[in-house]
Amino acid sequence: MATAFKSYRPPVMEPSEEGDELLEVAMGPHHPSTHGVFRMDVALDGERVVKLKPVFGYLHRNHEKIAETASYLAAMPYTDRLDYFCSLTNNWAYALAVEKLAGLEVPERAQYIRVITAELTRIQNHASAIGFLLQEMGASGTPLMYAFREREKILDLFEELTGSRMMCNYMRFGGCRVELPKGWLDKVKTVVDGLPQFIDETEALLTGNEILMARSQGVGVLKPDLAVNAGITGPMLRAAGVNYDIRKVDHYGIYDRFKFRVPLGDHGDIYDRYMIRVLEARESVEILKQALKDVPAGPIMDPKSKIRGFRPKVGEAYGRIEAPKGELGFYLISDGTGNPYRYRVRPPSLINLTVLEDMCLGQNVADVVLIFGSVDIVLGEVDR
Amino acid sequence: MKTAEEILAAIKLALPEAGVELVLNPSPSAQHSLRLDPAHAVAVASFLRDDAELALDYCSNATGVDWPSKEVTEKVKVTKVVDGADTAVEETVKRVEPGYLEAVYHLFSMKHAHREIAGPVVLRMRTINRTDQVELPSLTPVWRSAEFQEREIFDLFGIEFTGHPDLRRILMWDGFEDHPMRRDYVDPDDYEYEPTAHDEVLKRTAEHKAGVVA
Repeated sequence: MATAFKSYRPPVMEPSEEGDELLEVAMGPHHPSTHGVFRMDVALDGERVVKLKPVFGYLHRNHEKIAETASYLAAMPYTDRLDYFCSLTNNWAYALAVEKLAGLEVPERAQYIRVITAELTRIQNHASAIGFLLQEMGASGTPLMYAFREREKILDLFEELTGSRMMCNYMRFGGCRVELPKGWLDKVKTVVDGLPQFIDETEALLTGNEILMARSQGVGVLKPDLAVNAGITGPMLRAAGVNYDIRKVDHYGIYDRFKFRVPLGDHGDIYDRYMIRVLEARESVEILKQALKDVPAGPIMDPKSKIRGFRPKVGEAYGRIEAPKGELGFYLISDGTGNPYRYRVRPPSLINLTVLEDMCLGQNVADVVLIFGSVDIVLGEVDR
Repeated sequence: MKTAEEILAAIKLALPEAGVELVLNPSPSAQHSLRLDPAHAVAVASFLRDDAELALDYCSNATGVDWPSKEVTEKVKVTKVVDGADTAVEETVKRVEPGYLEAVYHLFSMKHAHREIAGPVVLRMRTINRTDQVELPSLTPVWRSAEFQEREIFDLFGIEFTGHPDLRRILMWDGFEDHPMRRDYVDPDDYEYEPTAHDEVLKRTAEHKAGVVA
């Protein structure tokens, strides 16, 4: 069939003057702005980017294969290492997929704990993402350290709950691993009460900042139709103005019980992505306040679920959640044995980079760093 | 959200020549899938994307699955002539089911996100075998989000997507030869090994030392 449908490809750009030579630069793999080991092969016409090809795989460890040779339970701690900023949402996505595969129910109390931990994760992720973005803009240290100060408080909570600050390994199929420590919810309340002030401070420092506005407004624009076609998810999609938040769409967990808004951007530029993250963090605080009010008592595990010797019936399931960086999905095929026949991670970080070239073409090379930073990726998830 | 059966009926109505088959999923998730025949896959995919009613504009996940050939033992009833009379005899027959590679796509609709979503719309395509006929049509022209994911399938499973704009390895390095996510993949003894001038250099050093000493 002839291609009657619309296909979305990045434009092929030429040097501005005929006969001009292009300068090819390899940005990365060891470049402070690449958030890990990642390379962009950039072709420059003066300062203007005319071609950009991302190169992946420096951190590839074949996570999927490792999980396919291990039991369902043994894959849980590995999911922490995907997006190591947000291990609790990774846990949740995997647990959700397994619950769909095996038809497990999650008790009320565990659902509330999941929402609380996931929203705390979202806030610390967005705070750090903004901090890193400003770091790359040249605001050396200050915004990032403010973000990390707040992140520390949340990580302390995680440590008390799960025993680990970053590699939490907390959720299980059909619930959570351990009961809340005594007084933990009160500590969460104290931290959550302090968060609006932190977000206000961040906004006072940054939102009206001239340098931030000059460098980010109208830079790295992503159009909504391209964003949808390229499967962009998370704050980047909503900054482009597409109303799609899996918490609202899928109602996974108990998100339909909470009142929160989905902030949307108008321009799809870096500034909008910054702003969406700030506003999402505020909405997360609202969710946390509502969730903390009525955490019920009760069990934290589905009594039907069997953690060890877990063998789901033959079949497959795709489960997804709204992780801080976008849609994190797990696709599992069971052949009835103790380890998954197929275990697939749908990484938001990798797929959000699909449009990196489209956003960077025609921009200055200095802006590539910012555009890349505004995508908010973690290489542990990109390369798996 | 429509069920897989309703979507199948819609495809049959719009594209009667396309071979589409419903694949049932016995797990509690009940996410049934549609198997496309590769020749019409792009047409079906663009129909699913552009149809106003379905509007499956968002391809969330694309991945591969390896199904190696397996030996199946079956009991077959055969009539044989035993002592001049026809008798039914049960015989065990071994049969090899040929293996294949499969590409799986999970679709959602962002346009109709407000609709209750029961689950993803799952598309599957099979290659003819696992060795030399591993081509499938690329769905990247329809959904750009498949671009990196199809490169990953090509890299790790070895499915060759025809019509993909930039089919290269994505995670493994270009010189790598095997496909690590295949079930029969064997790791090399030593990932670090690469031919160096070591032996040659050591030999020359030995000769040099011998010359100096002598």
